[in-house]
Amino acid sequence: MYQYDQYDQAMVDARVAEFADQVKRRLSGDMTEDQFKPLRLMNGLYLQLHAYMLRVAIPYGTLSSKQMHMLAHIARKYDRDYGHFTTRQNLQFNWIKLDDTPEILTDLASVEMHAIQTSGNCIRNISSDQFAGAAADEITDPRPWAELLRQWSSFHPEFSYLPRKFKICVIAAQEDRAAMRLHDIGIQIIEKDGVHGAAVYAGGGMGRTPMIAPLIKEFVPLEDLLSYLEACLRVYNRYGRRDNMYKARIKILIHEIGADSYRAQVEEEFAQVKALGIDPPRAEFDRIAAFFAMPDLDANASDDLDLSHKDFALWVGQNVAKHKAAGHAIVTISLKPIEGIPGDATSAQMDLMADLALQYSHDELRITHAQNVVLPHVRKADLFAVWEKLVAAGLATPNLDLITDMIACPGLDYCSLANARSIPVAQKIADRFADLDRQRDLGELKLKISGCINACGHHHAGHIGILGVDKKGKENYQLSFGGSGAQDVSIANITGPGFDEDGVVDAIERATDKYLAERRDGERFIDTYRRIGMAPFKEAIYG
Amino acid sequence: MKLLTGNDLNTGLVTWWTGKDWSIHIEDAVDVGEDGETIAAAEELARRINGPYVIGGELTAEGPRPAHIKDRIRALGPTVRVDLTLKPNDPSAAERVI
Amino acid sequence: MVDQLNHTTDTPIVSMDEFLSESNAIAVRIEPGEDARLLLPHLDRLTLVEVAFPKFRDGRGFSSARILREAGFTGTLRAQGDVLIDQLSHMKRCGFDAFAPDVPLNPDHAATALATWPEYYQTAADKAVPIWKLRHG
Repeated sequence: MYQYDQYDQAMVDARVAEFADQVKRRLSGDMTEDQFKPLRLMNGLYLQLHAYMLRVAIPYGTLSSKQMHMLAHIARKYDRDYGHFTTRQNLQFNWIKLDDTPEILTDLASVEMHAIQTSGNCIRNISSDQFAGAAADEITDPRPWAELLRQWSSFHPEFSYLPRKFKICVIAAQEDRAAMRLHDIGIQIIEKDGVHGAAVYAGGGMGRTPMIAPLIKEFVPLEDLLSYLEACLRVYNRYGRRDNMYKARIKILIHEIGADSYRAQVEEEFAQVKALGIDPPRAEFDRIAAFFAMPDLDANASDDLDLSHKDFALWVGQNVAKHKAAGHAIVTISLKPIEGIPGDATSAQMDLMADLALQYSHDELRITHAQNVVLPHVRKADLFAVWEKLVAAGLATPNLDLITDMIACPGLDYCSLANARSIPVAQKIADRFADLDRQRDLGELKLKISGCINACGHHHAGHIGILGVDKKGKENYQLSFGGSGAQDVSIANITGPGFDEDGVVDAIERATDKYLAERRDGERFIDTYRRIGMAPFKEAIYG
Repeated sequence: MKLLTGNDLNTGLVTWWTGKDWSIHIEDAVDVGEDGETIAAAEELARRINGPYVIGGELTAEGPRPAHIKDRIRALGPTVRVDLTLKPNDPSAAERVI
Repeated sequence: MVDQLNHTTDTPIVSMDEFLSESNAIAVRIEPGEDARLLLPHLDRLTLVEVAFPKFRDGRGFSSARILREAGFTGTLRAQGDVLIDQLSHMKRCGFDAFAPDVPLNPDHAATALATWPEYYQTAADKAVPIWKLRHG
């Protein structure tokens, strides 16, 4: 894992001091809310439905056990004993007092964490593959690239007042586990003539106008990367729309002028920017990359695994993935128990996961965009011990990528932007499909729920997507099928008229029954949908 | 009736105008008539409230009830965590705000 | 620096349109939607460029400033309008060396804001040495 040097620490400490001063000026009346709002947002502090909410950055979803313990400590000391892991691989505290925030940020800084640029019209926390560094299918660890971008984008003087927020994702595997092409800029590290470089996609996103990012540049060598991104951002900063906040994301700019025109403008800008010498030397990348070296794994670890315990075997089959090293595995801890709230974890659960990471996973944890937690480097011989401890903490639900492993935004229970509640719908669906045999029979089925068109719950990218809307003061839910955030990326289509809370659960059941009747060997729900189209599903739902 | 609400500047908690002060309990809220905007401006200037706004509602046997679901959830707390609401011992409170 | 905080000038400042059609002005004002690159052929006779910030949220002026400095503009570069204390550091990094805020800035607060960062991660239009260079000499 990356470790701060004195420069990184000084930057974060300076930010804490700056924000402490800003909070003081706000409380003393030197600043109006209008002036304070963009500043608190750039420190991840929102005013939500019930209280201030603090969003803590977990850069590219990686954290140590010490950092996870600190999140638990903050939840206990300043909040109400829990936190919410988000689709941006971050953590949100829901009940924060304004005058506690400097102290919380100080606590975070003591373990090399912060809330910098987790909101605001700036470059947000860089997201990445939760299996980075462990995945059997990656060509390299994408996190050194992501850390390079984290530093470049932190307090960027030119790009802190962009037309709108800006999200960057970096992956390096064949399988896209991070919804890379649904980001403002998506980067896939690829190899060309034995050298790694970045394939740059731009203009993807969800929200009210979902778009899949087109390829802008096939291969940007490492030594040009920051110049190239600087050019991408400068074109956006200068020409992105500022007249209408709903049309201000880069996806609208690229859609309106076309990918070719955007690419040409970026190239022109790049020619100017490249001459400025803003790209760090290879030695800086190597310095960062050294922190991400594979931990000292047990070279003699055995691949043997005793699967005679039925429940353990179910969990291994569903929640454990292939590691690049022999004798090891990647464990995903589901934060989707049937009665639970997707993505929520108590302080005690955070502490337990931190302890497991220290004991069994070389001190590393990851957060996934599907709101789960990963132990990336576990010896197969330790899996049973890990599982037993997870069972005791209610963290061993064997439902990864099944219908009850839902993404759900906080919705109208917490969020001031939401139009409808997401969590109760998620809970009703989970209840309906609680039977594990039934879930397993349905196979991989990614169900994603957003409580408003901002789409934090990624509903456009769900095999089944649900969007909550406000229909004359009543919560109403629109259903859509056929979305994907993976390498087979696609945007979901709306089935037809919306439903009330119970109605949408019934409709999903009719659709999954239809899938079971129509599917061919090995087809997932989305494969059948793609083959037979919407009409048969519509018929099944609306009859 | 018209209610004036906002969030406490420091705690961020949802509060309701009681006629002379702010309360986290909607039962204490009063009808502000046409004075909502004026009170809001003065209270914001005095740094006692963040983002105050006036909403419509009706007076019921249980007290004032906001017209919109969002404000009814604000008045109670998260419906999926009754233990964290202002009525932790009333499991049906969540259903009544929907 | 601080004496440039609430900067005034007697030099007449003309709009981009006027400047580009009338050849003898030495000071020009760029609005957010205008292209700073159109000034590049005329930098040698410009002594002051004023970049307008009608709303602090509109960050186009940050790019205008950098484009001018990157092209070698050495005159006064002034940020005018809804300029806030907490933006000064970024503005300075983008090349601004004078400020004409709508609401005058408190010099003490400005000095604190400008001293926020001990170092910087990126290269920009100021003289600051980026952290990566400090790391590798």
